[in-house]
Amino acid sequence: MSATDLTELTVAEMRDGLKAKRFSAVELTQAHIRAMEQARVLNAFIVETPELALEQAKAADAAIARGEAGPLAGIPLGIKDLFCTKGVQTTAASKILEGFVPTYESTVSANLLRDGAVMLGKLNLDQFAMGSSNETSAFGNVLNPWRGKNGEHLVPGGSSGGSSSAVAARIVAAATGTDTGGSIRQPAAFTGISGIKPTYGRCSRWGIVAFASSLDQAGPMARTIQDCAILLKSMCGFDPKDSTSLDLPVPDFEKALTGDIRGLKVGIPKEYRVDGMPAEIEALWQKGMDWLKAAGAEIVDISLPHTQYALPTYYIVAPAEASSNLARYDGVRYGLRVVPENGSLIDMYEATRAAGFGREVKRRIMIGTYVLSAGYYDAYYVKAQKVRALIAQDFENAYKSCDVILTPTAPSAAFAFGAKSADPLSMYLNDVFTVPASLAGLPALSVPAGVDADGLPLGLHLIGRKLDEETVLKVGHVIEQAAQFTAKPEKWWVK
Amino acid sequence: MSETKPYRIHGATGDWEVVIGMEVHAQVISNAKLFSGAATAFGAEPNAQVSLVDAAMPGMLPVINGECVRQAVRTGLALGAQINKWSRFDRKNYFYADLPQGYQISQFQYPVVGEGEIVLDLEGGRTKTVGIERIHLEQDAGKSIHDQSPTRSYVDLNRSGVALMEIVSKPDMRSPEEAGAYLRKLRTILRYIGTCDGNMEEGSMRADVNVSVRRPGEPFGTRCEIKNVNSVRFVMAAIEYEARRQVDILEDGGTIDQETRLFDNVKFETRSLRSKEEAHDYRYFPDPDLLPLEFDDAFIEECRASLPELPDAKKQRFIDELGLSEYNASVLTAEKETADYFEALLAEAAKKQGKSLADVARPASNWVTSDLFGALNKLGKSIEESPISPAQGAELISLIADGTLSGRLAKDVFEIMLETGKGAAEIVEERGLKQVSDTGAIEAAIAKVLADNPDSVEAYKGGKDKLFGFFVGQTMKAMGGKANPAVVNELLKKALNG
Repeated sequence: MSATDLTELTVAEMRDGLKAKRFSAVELTQAHIRAMEQARVLNAFIVETPELALEQAKAADAAIARGEAGPLAGIPLGIKDLFCTKGVQTTAASKILEGFVPTYESTVSANLLRDGAVMLGKLNLDQFAMGSSNETSAFGNVLNPWRGKNGEHLVPGGSSGGSSSAVAARIVAAATGTDTGGSIRQPAAFTGISGIKPTYGRCSRWGIVAFASSLDQAGPMARTIQDCAILLKSMCGFDPKDSTSLDLPVPDFEKALTGDIRGLKVGIPKEYRVDGMPAEIEALWQKGMDWLKAAGAEIVDISLPHTQYALPTYYIVAPAEASSNLARYDGVRYGLRVVPENGSLIDMYEATRAAGFGREVKRRIMIGTYVLSAGYYDAYYVKAQKVRALIAQDFENAYKSCDVILTPTAPSAAFAFGAKSADPLSMYLNDVFTVPASLAGLPALSVPAGVDADGLPLGLHLIGRKLDEETVLKVGHVIEQAAQFTAKPEKWWVK
Repeated sequence: MSETKPYRIHGATGDWEVVIGMEVHAQVISNAKLFSGAATAFGAEPNAQVSLVDAAMPGMLPVINGECVRQAVRTGLALGAQINKWSRFDRKNYFYADLPQGYQISQFQYPVVGEGEIVLDLEGGRTKTVGIERIHLEQDAGKSIHDQSPTRSYVDLNRSGVALMEIVSKPDMRSPEEAGAYLRKLRTILRYIGTCDGNMEEGSMRADVNVSVRRPGEPFGTRCEIKNVNSVRFVMAAIEYEARRQVDILEDGGTIDQETRLFDNVKFETRSLRSKEEAHDYRYFPDPDLLPLEFDDAFIEECRASLPELPDAKKQRFIDELGLSEYNASVLTAEKETADYFEALLAEAAKKQGKSLADVARPASNWVTSDLFGALNKLGKSIEESPISPAQGAELISLIADGTLSGRLAKDVFEIMLETGKGAAEIVEERGLKQVSDTGAIEAAIAKVLADNPDSVEAYKGGKDKLFGFFVGQTMKAMGGKANPAVVNELLKKALNG
């Protein structure tokens, strides 16, 4: 099998091929290292770790030979640079953490390594996962492998933009992402891949650089729903080091992909028919309903009445938590330290944080500080928590009459650099469909379902009941089968 | 019990009353920190007891240490307080070099323990009940060290994340004496139940003291908070100074600014640290890394069952069942170690003498409170460092009880015990200090004394009764001090009057 062919395989195919010894983990890893080197123009990686990857691949081959291979033995992955990785620089795409090398491995990445995965490197992202276009990284923009109809570069979505770009460009078999308000699902939609954010608490947050603790959740990004299911099983699990981790058994998600959704009720929330939604997204949504109906599901109209308050609620809760979570980057113990001459401690804080944080991060710290400050706390933070509870209640009510909810993932396809970065509000609007599920802590995925008039991928979004990743994956799999999304970005970066 | 006069500050325009409330930070006794597995022992090398969580490394998360919760609940129960089965941890946000997270995890809105009370023991056997407002759990900060370099500050994170209980009183105290008694009593209770070692020098217990003054009967005045006072003496001195300062301002027509003040323990005065306007906006909000703290009645009952006899109950038992004086009972229960020592000695003495605890309690309590305390005082040692073990003490007082040793001999033996560490019986045996009650030997000695002092005998018989003491002394001298004084008295009377 040629190196190119190897990078085209799904995780499931790689797993089966390795098991059948059709190729070795080292060969597979080498093919991906080559793809990574060729695709540097995409800027998907902050750190490449080819030597480490080859070592891990050798170990995987040895394990396979001994018949002791883990479920992910030899699968080459990229790890979002928000996950702390032992001995490998971890930056959250911020200058303030440049050069920081953790002495510990995040629980999620440790779970993947435990199961035999190979790490190719640390993937670029929006700084501290704050952004929807990967334009806020201190290490430069990530390019979407898909280009506009005139060949113009497009954003890969965010915040897991390095992950989406690398998976779509066939540099890695799959990647880890994190999702606070849509950071797995929206970039997956923008690059024609799949991604799932599991129920809050399924994946341990231990060792993931925190953005908004009550929302942050890790999840896999891959080219198929089956691959997402395989990775998710490895990533999940109770972790006593995270107090919000759920002490529940992890289902075999792959087994849920039966294709049988007969009798399942799929809810269509009327509030998601937002003004100004492109007709082709509207049409794709309808297509999704038709596919599911054809597969035996029942389409039901539902209402999620507090949807319109989800974005403002999110943009109070998330910055509030972030303003506190990011207080630790003070130049005292690790990362960047800027000491002005004859400066005081306060001067050092100010200079360090001014130089270390990017504009969007500063904006959110200021918003968060403001909404928590005396005199505003009740009007903003407390009110937002109440609305958040109402939004969660909306979903609970809706699930009395349906089993899963279908919506578009994002209100548009991937856009050009600079198209929204000057206007934070229009950027924030990109998360309009993904944020409610985050606020409610529900499992949700994006599956590529079609292309727009410019040939750019579009995703459909499924939101499930708490802990019901299985239904979400099962329905996503049915859409995937029906949509037959075979479009791929042309490898314009390979000379 | 006499009513004593209330404490008043005498101003130029009349008398003022001081109103005091206290927030005591007590370090919880636990092996590990409140939210991390790092050790908590005092005196380790700087930064030797710091986990990734305590240093606030990226991605680290707090996990509650159940033992600290148990200790807070036990403390609440010992103070007869309301235990909240649902409480919550909040973040208190502020920047400081020794606060790695940039926030302290504390309980702002929903503390684990609610209202309780504490009974103060005041002079003259008076008591006073002071209300407890709440107790909450929180993390301690690290320590900034500014005196090791002219240009740099150092940070020691050993304390960072150590569990503290903040015990908040109601503004119920009205004098420095009451404040001192409050702190002492609180310390006693915490030490009894083993939730805080109460060591103020090592910083295991610190007090923030809120002080205001008013005309008796009028509403509360504006208060000042004196931060981090670390001894009972300093607390009392700080209140005295602060109350006077406030009275002087008010009498000069000024107003009190609500502010945070420091106590200077060299100059014995308070001075302003920051005004209300400069106060931090801590931006409290629920810590999203932690679930609400919830437990059931069974947990509370388990905590309750683990409590030892509390000082007030013990004191009452000493009075009621052992027949001790109020004074002795008070002194013997003021410190857990003293009570433990006394009870161990009592049990041993009762066993040795084959008597009930009550039968041996009074002499035992007198010996501990006078002889032993006197000796320890002279040696500058605490009861835990006593060179005489409870068993050794019991042996000594049993030798007095069975007549082997006179009171005087017992004092000599005690001295030797202190010097040599040997047991009382061994010393008596070795040095032949045993009291002589053998009438033959004493009669012989008396006969010799009377024969040697015919003039005195004559004078005595002529009515100089006081000379009896002289004969006793001479007889004792002749017996080398070992004669049983009661027998000497009896035989002397017989010989002189017969």
